[in-house]
Amino acid sequence: MNPHRTQKIAFSLLFLATFLVVALVGAIVVIIVQKGLPAMTWQFISDVPREGMRAGGIFPAIIGTLLLVGGAIVFALPIGLLAAIYLSEYARDGLLTRIIKLAIVNLAGVPSVVYGLFGLALFVVFFKFGVSIVSGSLTLGIMILPLIITASREALESVPRSFREVSLSLGASKWQTIQHIVLPNAIPGILTGTILGLGRAAGETAPILFTVAAFYLPQLPRSIFDQVMALPYHLYVISTQVPNVDEKIRYGTALVLLALVLFMNLIAIIIRYKFRMKKKW
Amino acid sequence: MMNKIITRDLNLWYGDFHALKKVNAAFQANRITAIIGPSGCGKSTLLRVFNRMNDFVEGVRTEGEVLIDDLNVLDPAADLVSLRKKIGMVFQRPNPFPLSIYENIVFGARIRGTRAKRGEMDEIVETSLRSVLLWNELKDKLRSSALRLSLEQEQRLCIARLIAVKPDVLLMDEPCSTLDPQATERIENLMRELKNNYTIVIVTHNMQQAARVSDDTGFMLLGELIEFNETKDIFSSPKDKRTEDYITGRYG
Ligand SMILES: Nc1ncnc2c1ncn2[C@@H]1O[C@H](COP(=O)(O)OP(=O)(O)OP(=O)(O)O)[C@@H](O)[C@H]1O
Ligand SMILES: [Mg+2]
Repeated sequence: MNPHRTQKIAFSLLFLATFLVVALVGAIVVIIVQKGLPAMTWQFISDVPREGMRAGGIFPAIIGTLLLVGGAIVFALPIGLLAAIYLSEYARDGLLTRIIKLAIVNLAGVPSVVYGLFGLALFVVFFKFGVSIVSGSLTLGIMILPLIITASREALESVPRSFREVSLSLGASKWQTIQHIVLPNAIPGILTGTILGLGRAAGETAPILFTVAAFYLPQLPRSIFDQVMALPYHLYVISTQVPNVDEKIRYGTALVLLALVLFMNLIAIIIRYKFRMKKKW
Repeated sequence: MMNKIITRDLNLWYGDFHALKKVNAAFQANRITAIIGPSGCGKSTLLRVFNRMNDFVEGVRTEGEVLIDDLNVLDPAADLVSLRKKIGMVFQRPNPFPLSIYENIVFGARIRGTRAKRGEMDEIVETSLRSVLLWNELKDKLRSSALRLSLEQEQRLCIARLIAVKPDVLLMDEPCSTLDPQATERIENLMRELKNNYTIVIVTHNMQQAARVSDDTGFMLLGELIEFNETKDIFSSPKDKRTEDYITGRYG
């Protein structure tokens, strides 16, 4: 075959693959918006579920998901960031460090249902937190920990060496250099990674299944040791466990979840974009 | 004349590589000393011994003595923070922090936790900028980003940031290599002015620059300090054949 033709075919294949991806994402969004939009009323967003989840709204599930995501960040961001600082800035490259890094990579590959079981065993049973917001948040937090560590390390390591050198040459200690120079310049990258992690946490069902999610709980939690409803699990429940739920309600729930996750990703994109405009080294 | 920096049988290895070989030299206060030599001969390495910046390179080993104000810099127990405060460094590429002009200059004061009042900080900024002849140009945009300056202004700002820390010694590693000839000349004039208050050591690839600006010159080759003398003597009557070959351009 002549090379020109081969190139054309290769190009078409590449284009087709790319197009397919875009088309799929587009199709998902279009279908969910189309079918979910009719459910979007103020009542749907702000009311508790009624009549066995066949009517009313999804307010407790929205709040539940926000609480879980918030709890996960409170737990995972500080730990992840400190670990990343240690690994990037302090750890010497030895066997132990390599084992730690390998462990983090592997942690990212563990299926989410395994995190769920782990959370059940550790937080619910062993620490006796019960099936509660605490247990669920911690489980989600652990799940996104590797994401946060990896993103934070990348952000820290992308701060130019020359900045550190100048800072040290001006008499700053290593910790001061990290505090005043490295961290401020890494924050956008760290935030982006964290938000993407949270987007993932918001959409997961398996980790919250045994640790926090309530099947049907038409009220808001009073303490962090209460159960809550959560969007992904609620979606699963009304789609498979409860008969005769109006399609509108199912797709409406999916739309809210999708919007929440896309919104978080959007924030991440904006932060990255703004920073790239400013950054000039 | 006062010796500010004295090296005695200074040896340095990067792993197995012997980068500085028995360097003996005395750098005098209130003079500009140029270090010249072909690429890779150890000029930057020597400079970075003085403020212990080589410590960050893995596998570095030094032997001998470097005395600055009679204190051995190579002493493992030396207080690096105060050493580096005293021995400032200007790098090859202008490297302001991605902060405002103002914040760049007060960085040193800030990390020292000087709970300086606004007024004192303002004063530090003004004196430092004045001493690098930037005050009139920049006084109205102190709050704008330092990354929007020209290369020359950036390099001057880096010198100002250093001066704000009140060092005694300025180490300059090819400070003009990214600048055009006019800017280079202006920086050289600045150096002549600064030497009244500082000991300046400048590494340069540019022999004309060494001849123009320095009082003393050291010529290095493959980690050895071949010759060290007053600049006019080095350039008019070099004692070593290798020095002569280098300054007449036979090494490239
Ligand atoms: N971190 C390092 N690890 C190993 N070898 C190094 C390191 N830094 C420098 N060297 C070697 O030490 C020698 C001296 O390097 P140095 O940077 O001091 O040279 P230089 O005279 O400043 O050169 P240039 O004019 O190119 O800047 C070179 O051969 C270089 O390859
Ligand atoms: Mg060099």
